[in-house]
Amino acid sequence: MEIIKPLLQCLAALLLSPLLAGVINRVKAFFSGRRGQPLLQLYLELYKLSRKTPVYSRTTTWVFKAGPVIGLSALLAALAVLPFAGRPSFLTFEGDFIFLLYLLGLARFVTVLAALDTGSAFEGMGASREMQFAVFAEPAFFLGLAALARVTGQGSLAGMFGALTGESWRTAAPVLALLTASFFIVLLAENSRVPADDPNTHLELTMIHEAMALDHSGPELAYILYGAALKLWLFASLIACMVLPRHSGSWVLDSALFGLALLGMAAAVGVVESIMARLRLTKVPYLLITAFAFSSLALIFQLGR
Amino acid sequence: MKVEHLSGFDFGAAELDPSIFFETAASRLASGGRALAYFALPEGEAHRLVMAVGFDREGRIEVYSTQAYGPFRALTPSFPQLHLFEREIFEQAGLKPEGHPWLKPIRFNTPGAVPGVADYFTVHGSQVHEVAVGPVHAGVIEPGHFRFQCHGERVFHLEIMLGYQHRGLEKKFIGGPDGRSLHYAETLAGDTTIGHGWAYCGAVEALSGVNVPPRAQILRGIMLELERLANHTGDLGALAGDVAYLPAASFCGRLRGDFLNMTALVCGSRFGRNMLRPGGVNFDLDAALIHELKLRLENTFRDVQSAVSLLWETGSVADRFEDTGVVSKEAAEGLGLVGPVARASGVGLDTRRNFSSGPYEGFTLGVSGSGDVYSRAYVRWLEIQKSAELIAGWLDALPAGPVEAECGCLKADSAAVSLVEGWRGQICHFALTGPGGKFRHYKIVDPSFHNWQGLALALRNGEISDFPLCNKSFNLSYCGRDL
Repeated sequence: MEIIKPLLQCLAALLLSPLLAGVINRVKAFFSGRRGQPLLQLYLELYKLSRKTPVYSRTTTWVFKAGPVIGLSALLAALAVLPFAGRPSFLTFEGDFIFLLYLLGLARFVTVLAALDTGSAFEGMGASREMQFAVFAEPAFFLGLAALARVTGQGSLAGMFGALTGESWRTAAPVLALLTASFFIVLLAENSRVPADDPNTHLELTMIHEAMALDHSGPELAYILYGAALKLWLFASLIACMVLPRHSGSWVLDSALFGLALLGMAAAVGVVESIMARLRLTKVPYLLITAFAFSSLALIFQLGR
Repeated sequence: MKVEHLSGFDFGAAELDPSIFFETAASRLASGGRALAYFALPEGEAHRLVMAVGFDREGRIEVYSTQAYGPFRALTPSFPQLHLFEREIFEQAGLKPEGHPWLKPIRFNTPGAVPGVADYFTVHGSQVHEVAVGPVHAGVIEPGHFRFQCHGERVFHLEIMLGYQHRGLEKKFIGGPDGRSLHYAETLAGDTTIGHGWAYCGAVEALSGVNVPPRAQILRGIMLELERLANHTGDLGALAGDVAYLPAASFCGRLRGDFLNMTALVCGSRFGRNMLRPGGVNFDLDAALIHELKLRLENTFRDVQSAVSLLWETGSVADRFEDTGVVSKEAAEGLGLVGPVARASGVGLDTRRNFSSGPYEGFTLGVSGSGDVYSRAYVRWLEIQKSAELIAGWLDALPAGPVEAECGCLKADSAAVSLVEGWRGQICHFALTGPGGKFRHYKIVDPSFHNWQGLALALRNGEISDFPLCNKSFNLSYCGRDL
C-alpha cells in the first residue's frame, strides 16, 4: 500500500491541477460581479485542443514542435520529486530541489527557444521578458529552498517539507513567514498572474508568458496550457506544505487538508488579481527583487539562529 | 473672411489671391488659430484650396479659399497640425504641397494604391528592432497598422498607418441632401451617431436658414450627453481592463450598457440612430419617460460613481496611469488635438464652451491636466459628472413647444461650418452648395483625424508595453478618420 500512495499523489496532481485555474477564475468572477466560466473550463479546453490539428508557420523548425513536448515532460518529471502533504514523494534524493529548479529551467529554456524559432516580433519580445524576469525569480526561489534546507536540516524536498511541523512554526516563524511571502510572489510571477503579468489579456504588446505561446496550436497548445496548470500546482503545493505542516498521521485526512489548502491558494491568487492592477512592466523586477530579499533575509536569520 | 458658426455664408466672398492666402493662413495659425478643415475643392480642371480656421478663445471662425493649379506651398513645416490635411489634399486632388516633410498616402483610395504599402520610418543599428502590429488585431477592433521602432522595451517612434476603413463617404453626400445623407452621417463613426448626426443637421439647417425649436435643441443635448456618458464610462472600464483591474472594468462595462439603454428608451436605438432630423428631432419625451429617464440616470450615475472611485482609490491603478503616455500642452496645441485628449493636456478647448450654441449657452468646464493617461481618464470622469448634471437639469426644465421645424431648400452657392463637441472631441462638417442648392462638396473632419498623431507622440520614449493603455486612453475612431 505504501508504494501506491506516491503514485496516487502524482495521479491527483495530474488530474486535479487544471481545477486550480477554474477556482481562480471563479473567484475573479465573483469579485467583478459576474457568474464566470465553468470550474472545469480548462479541462474542456484541453479536450478541445487535443482534437485539433496543429498549424505550423513555414518559418518554424523542429525546435518549435519540440518546445511544448520537452516543456511538459520536464514538468511531469518535476512532479516526481514534488512532496505531497508532507508525505514522501515518488522520487526523492539528496539535493533533489536543485534537480527541480533545473527541470523548471529546462522547461523555460525550451519554451523560449520555440518562441524564438517563430521569428515573430511578439514571440521574441515575450521570450526576452520571460528571461529577464527569470533572472530575478530563480535566485529568490533557489535561496528560499536553501534556507528551508537549513531550517529542517534536510537535503531533499520530501525531507524538508516532511520535517516541517507546527513546532517549526513556533521556533522559526520569521524564517518561514518570509519564505511563504517570497514563494507566493514567485508563484504569481512564474505563473503569469497579476501583478506580474495579465493572463487574460489579448494585447500581445503587454504579454510576457502568453506571447511565447501565440503561434502554438492544437495538442501542442494543450501541452503548454496543461504544463502551466502543473506549474501552478507545483508552486501552490510547496507553499501549502509550508503553511500547513502536517500531520494528523492519517494519510486520507492529510491529503484532504492539503487539497483544501491548494484550493485556498488558488482563491488567494484570485483575490490578489481582483483587488490590484498589474504592475508596469519595468517594475516587475522590483517585485521579484522583493522576493529575493525575503529569501535572503530568511537565510540570514536562519544562519544566525 | 469671418463667418458665423452654424449659419450659411456666401462662399465666393472667401476668395483670396494665392500669395495672400498662404500668408493669411500662416499668420492666423500663428496667432491662436486652429485648422478646422483644409481641403481641395474641385473646380472644373482646377482646384480651390479651402481652409477654415477656428479661434477658440474668441469663438470665431474664418474661411479663406484660393485657386490652385498645381504644387502649392506646404505649411506643415511651421504648423504640424496641417500635416494630415496636406497629405489628404495631395492624395485626393493630386496637388503637391511643396516642402511637406513626410508626404505619403493616408487612405490609399487612388487607383493602384494598396492599403499599407508605403514608405515607413526605419531605424538602423544592431540593438534596435521593429514591431509591426495589425492591421488584423487580436481583439474585435477596427483595422489599423502600427509600426514601432524600438530599443528593447523603449519606443523611439510609432508610425500609425490607417486607411483600411475608407468607404468614400464624403463623395456620397455630393448631390444631396437626399434620403440617405443623414444616415451616412450617423454611421460614419457608429459610436458617434448623435455627434455626427447633429453636425450634419446643423450644416443643413444653417444652409436652409431654419431655426430649431428650443425643445428639440434640448432633446439633442440630452442625446449627445447620453452618448458621451456611455462612451466615457466604457472607456474608463476599458482603461481598467488594460491594467488588469477587474472590478472597475466589469462594472463600467455594464454601466455603459445602461446608458445605451437610456438612449434606446428615447429613440429605440442604443446608438441613437434615427433620433435626429434636419430641423429638429424625431422623438419627443412625455412626462412618464422623463420620470423614467431621471430615475435611471440617478441610479446609473451613482453606480458609475462607486465603480470609478475604485480607480482613483487603488494605488496600483494610479501607478500605471500616472506619467504614462505624456502629451505636453505645446505638443497638443501644435498638433491641433481636440476633445478630452486636448483638455487632459491643459488645452482649454471645448466646442460646447468656445463655440457654444443651442442648449450649451453658458456652459463651463474647467480643464487642467498633465497630459498623461491619468489626466485623460480623469478628464473623462469630470465630463461624466458634467454630462449627468446637464441632463438632469434639462429633464427638469424641458421647454414646451414643437420638436421640429420645416426645413426648406438649401441656399444656392453657399457654405456652412457646423461644429459639435462629440464625445471624442470637436466634429467639423463643412458643407458647400452649388447653383441648384444641392451639396457640391461635403467635408467631414472627425476628431480622430486630429488626434491620431497625438497617440504616436504619447508613445515616444515610452514603453512598448504601455501602448494598449495609451491607445485606450485616446480611444480614437478608425472609420471616422478613414471616412
